[in-house]
Amino acid sequence: MTIQRRDFLKALGAAGFGTAAVSTLPGCATTGGGTRGKVVVVGGGYGGATAAKYIRMWSDGGIDVTVVEPNAEFISCPLSNLVLGGSKVIADVTVGYDNLARRHGVKLVRDTATAVDPDKRTVKLASGQELAYDRLILSPGIDFMWDKVPALNNADAQAKILHAWKAGAQTVALRNQLVAMPDGGVYAIAIPVAPYRCPPGPYERACQVAWYFKRAKPKSKVLILDGNGDVTSKGPLFKKAWAEEFKGIVEYRPNHVLTDVDVAARTAKFDVQDSVKADVLNVVPPQRASAIARSAGVVTANDRWCDVDFLTFESVKVKNVHVLGDAIQIATGMPKSGHMANQHAKVCAAAVVALLSGQPPNPMPVLTNTCYSFITDKDVVHVCSVHQYDKEKKTLLPVPGSGGVSPGMSELEGLYAFNWAKNIWADSLA
Amino acid sequence: MRTFPFVLAAAVATLGATQAPAQGADPNLGRNLAATCANCHGTGGVSAGSVESLAGKPKDELVRKMKEFKQGTRPATVMVQLAKGYTDEQIELVAGWFAAQKTK
Repeated sequence: MTIQRRDFLKALGAAGFGTAAVSTLPGCATTGGGTRGKVVVVGGGYGGATAAKYIRMWSDGGIDVTVVEPNAEFISCPLSNLVLGGSKVIADVTVGYDNLARRHGVKLVRDTATAVDPDKRTVKLASGQELAYDRLILSPGIDFMWDKVPALNNADAQAKILHAWKAGAQTVALRNQLVAMPDGGVYAIAIPVAPYRCPPGPYERACQVAWYFKRAKPKSKVLILDGNGDVTSKGPLFKKAWAEEFKGIVEYRPNHVLTDVDVAARTAKFDVQDSVKADVLNVVPPQRASAIARSAGVVTANDRWCDVDFLTFESVKVKNVHVLGDAIQIATGMPKSGHMANQHAKVCAAAVVALLSGQPPNPMPVLTNTCYSFITDKDVVHVCSVHQYDKEKKTLLPVPGSGGVSPGMSELEGLYAFNWAKNIWADSLA
Repeated sequence: MRTFPFVLAAAVATLGATQAPAQGADPNLGRNLAATCANCHGTGGVSAGSVESLAGKPKDELVRKMKEFKQGTRPATVMVQLAKGYTDEQIELVAGWFAAQKTK
């Protein structure tokens, strides 16, 4: 696409998810009306948006793609901890969906998928509308298991004790709680037992809140109440930051498995350890694949996650239904991250385009993960890995000797982290 | 670390034995491998950020840099770790694909 054309498209203004149920603008860069099949994608996050774009791109517009997503805009979980620290605002981590429609001819339906009929190959939406598919891609994200935190199992309580583990209104509300907290107060974050969305996320969050306290409320404390026995990701790097950069502010307590909270008293209760009262209590609840995955019958692991064939990301149980992102039962060393969801989506997109064209999927898929965590507003650490398909074991495995973590935090990695965000947002949504 | 080249060699040998010349025959293999780079280097290797674009770069240059990252002779943050995850054959495919892309 030429610059002029891109500017022209930009000048058309934001289309995105309008009030109309379906945006049917044809893709400018593509032709064809779905002659090679229909794909419905549930969820417009890192996984779903990327799958939709790449299927349109790699089928030269030959496959009809509809994305069902309830939110008007994409709000990134990665980088959203910077909103809590105060160096960014929520608009900085928000991206519109309009380019998926304008540039790639993806049909956007702003609605919630409520049921899947795998025999009829249809998806039912909250509005009552039904969408037919040849292949269904579920990138539904996570639901919280509120039954594991009984006092939070209602909307009132959830508006007081926040998770902020789906970026958006909760993120802004938690930032407001931190701003309202008097100096000398305690912010506590309860972390669920792994696996959960974004393993290093809670520890990055502790750093961001500590960074804010250090500058604005130096008598305040950050208390990390971890359901796990140790820091689950980038441990030595985070511990060094807490011991040096945030000395006297951050305290880490492992083996704190949350059982419930007292909402009014802002107190966290644990299976073994003593209860902890905080001025701002932030509970990240245990998670599982979202309810639509259950409806589709693809939840196969521990009643929580979805096992997939890693050559195609098709459910091992339900034919023609693929699952991406945090909802899947991960292979060894694969974190539940936005970067991984984007990479799942590309393997799936290539496979779906091949399968709908009567060809076999790529027998040797490769995925990467690169995950940056912000210690301060500028200083960043990373963990990265490369995963190749093992034909004997029929799974993806980290390549021995590859991947690793930063030697220490640096501003250079901060620049790379912001570059990563720009590029992955464009790669997924533009 | 020490077993790595042998593991890769085994993987390549297995591939070669059962599917030769699959990697050369499927034009989408380079495309699919290159898509793993897009999160940081942009869709099709056209960067939307400050990290360099790979589209249209000479194949030889891309192969040389990747091999230097892989050997650790070219300083970097993530690339010295990521490059070790790709076989030499995969590096050739990725580089060839990017070299053939338009810079837009």
